[in-house]
Amino acid sequence: MSHEAWVILTGALVASSCGFIGCFLILRKMAMLGDAISHAVLPGIVLAFLISGTLNGLPMLIGAAVSGLLTAFLVQTLHRSGVQSDAAIGVTFTSLFAFGVVLLTIFASDVHLDTTHVLYGEIAYVPWNPLVIGGVELGPKAVWMVGGTFLLALIVIGLLYKEFKISSFDPAMAVAIGLPVTLLHYILTGLVSLSTVAAFESVGAILVVAMLIVPGATAYLLADRLSAMLGMSVLVGITSAVLGYLVAAWLNASIAGCMAAVAGGLFLLAFLFSPRHGVLMKKRNCRF
Amino acid sequence: MDSYWTLLTDPNTQWVLFGCLLLGVASGVLGCFALLRRHSLLGDAVAHAALPGICIAFLLTGSKSMLWFMIGAAVVGWLASLCIGWVTRYSRIHEDTALGVVLTVFFGIGIVLLTYIQHSAGGSQSGLDSFLFGKAASMVLDDVLVMAGAAVVLLTICALFFKEFKLLAFDPGFARGIGMPAGLLDALLMLLLVAAVVIGLQAVGVVLMAAMLITPALAARYWTERLDRMIVLAGLFGALSGALGTFVSALVVNMPTGPVIVLSATLLFLFSLFCAPRRGLLAKIIRLAALRNRVARENVLQSLYELMERDARQGGWPEGGYGEEQLLARRPIGERVLRATLQKLGRNGLVQSREQGWLLSEAGLEDAQGLTLNLRLWDLFTMYEARFGAIVVDRDRGDLIAQLPADTRAELHELLRQHDMEPTLSKGGGSR
Repeated sequence: MSHEAWVILTGALVASSCGFIGCFLILRKMAMLGDAISHAVLPGIVLAFLISGTLNGLPMLIGAAVSGLLTAFLVQTLHRSGVQSDAAIGVTFTSLFAFGVVLLTIFASDVHLDTTHVLYGEIAYVPWNPLVIGGVELGPKAVWMVGGTFLLALIVIGLLYKEFKISSFDPAMAVAIGLPVTLLHYILTGLVSLSTVAAFESVGAILVVAMLIVPGATAYLLADRLSAMLGMSVLVGITSAVLGYLVAAWLNASIAGCMAAVAGGLFLLAFLFSPRHGVLMKKRNCRF
Repeated sequence: MDSYWTLLTDPNTQWVLFGCLLLGVASGVLGCFALLRRHSLLGDAVAHAALPGICIAFLLTGSKSMLWFMIGAAVVGWLASLCIGWVTRYSRIHEDTALGVVLTVFFGIGIVLLTYIQHSAGGSQSGLDSFLFGKAASMVLDDVLVMAGAAVVLLTICALFFKEFKLLAFDPGFARGIGMPAGLLDALLMLLLVAAVVIGLQAVGVVLMAAMLITPALAARYWTERLDRMIVLAGLFGALSGALGTFVSALVVNMPTGPVIVLSATLLFLFSLFCAPRRGLLAKIIRLAALRNRVARENVLQSLYELMERDARQGGWPEGGYGEEQLLARRPIGERVLRATLQKLGRNGLVQSREQGWLLSEAGLEDAQGLTLNLRLWDLFTMYEARFGAIVVDRDRGDLIAQLPADTRAELHELLRQHDMEPTLSKGGGSR
């Protein structure tokens, strides 16, 4: 496969897996938690690096997942002790991120892992980091990581689809019929942190957050059924990845940035022209 | 000690310190209003939206002047805050999602512009992103002067419109009702917020700017219930974290200022969270423990009283006293709690230890009589809800009788007699 194809495939996989999980974040009014987790995994990654000594593989995934869950836990605890939820999110992720930056400067300043890198990685370098097993090149590592987490997310949510649906739309009822709502919450945040860190190294936090929120929000404007919304968000995600790559090639600018910007453009289109929820369409329907 | 002093007298450090202090005050004060309006994370979105603003300012003017950057960042940041408002108002998207969409899309566009500039104009424009990732140590006098001017203007406007912003924060509906231009004031508040973010960007960077708005205000919220005091405290906390951050990063080689400022603010927040006198967690724990103690004490006294009363009617209570299992059968509480409570009551002279267990002493009898009377009055009061429902009482207050008018008291006592529920043990009664 050519260089471009690998980059586009990586982008599309990030977009699909994040868009898929993002739908649930949006429905649960937890969109900013995705943003928070994707920033707060930094200390986990740094600590995992300090303990294991490597910058990729399982230790990073574990470190990031742990600090992602820790973020979710801290936000929940602060919220329960009476802090309003957006302020709880803001305090938690900025503190953890600042802690991560300080750790980084004290212990790991010689490693190639600075805040700039964390924020907007470089998807164009993805093909140059292939996964080699037994001397055979099996394509870029990032594709396997992101593809793997997407598969995991598909399996987990597929198995618990009904439960996630009820607890997203009617949390009170979910509690009443005895669903383990807290467990579901942590499974979801676990999935978010996993896909964040899988995508993180290759594409940077900003594309991850963009793909967590924007395709889901676009799909929310276009669909009225959860299954349709999930499919739509994957579709929007893939479209923005492909178009974003083309725009980036044309402008000679950051690929991840262009993918995020194109996703924003698609959101704007849905905001204006969505058949049922678009601003212009609603206006036209009012005028008889 | 000597080296600390030279560090403090170094004019460069002094400017940075001054800049961070002002930043802390301005963002702390503005953060209070943001917190109360539930716009805490708006600062985050505005900070990210500053990136395209700075790039556009550079593309238009071709210079790297701080003032143009600030103007560009402020204009686009304000546009971003407007976009969030539009998306929430005109579609079914919730505010947090709208925030996320605007934040990531603006930042994405910003990165596109940044890389476009870097690729098209060579490497000489590397200063753009240092503005964004917070390099407080590199601030020079001119930067600090611009920041100082902006901070003073912000604080002055805040002081002038204090009354209006206060009303807007607590009761926007009422503000509109008495004819205030609420929309205009809201837009002004947004503009001030955007300005505070833009001032802070250079010192702490995009990601951490949100903390400067949220954390000091949130910490201040724990100490007081009044807005004016909260604002002063938040400004103080902000200034303190700014100063701490500057010191630590000046003392430790290579330590970035922004994260240390944020961590200092977090420490202040954690301190407030645990130690604040009324809303703090420690105070809450102490209050809860005191309540548990009181409930256990009253439970034990009442159980003993009821047992003694029952047996007094049938000829007399056992001189050996009542064992723990009898008390537990009356009102199940933890065994260890029961034992500790009995010990404490014994020390206070309210109960006496006998061969088989415990009995109320004379003082204890009097105490328990009052408690039991009160409890039974509550029972009747609740039982005859139809008759007493119109009387408003505070159920969190323990004593009922003091809250009632005289005729109701008499009525309740009459009912008590009818139901044969009067506490009949009086002090010095002994075994009858």
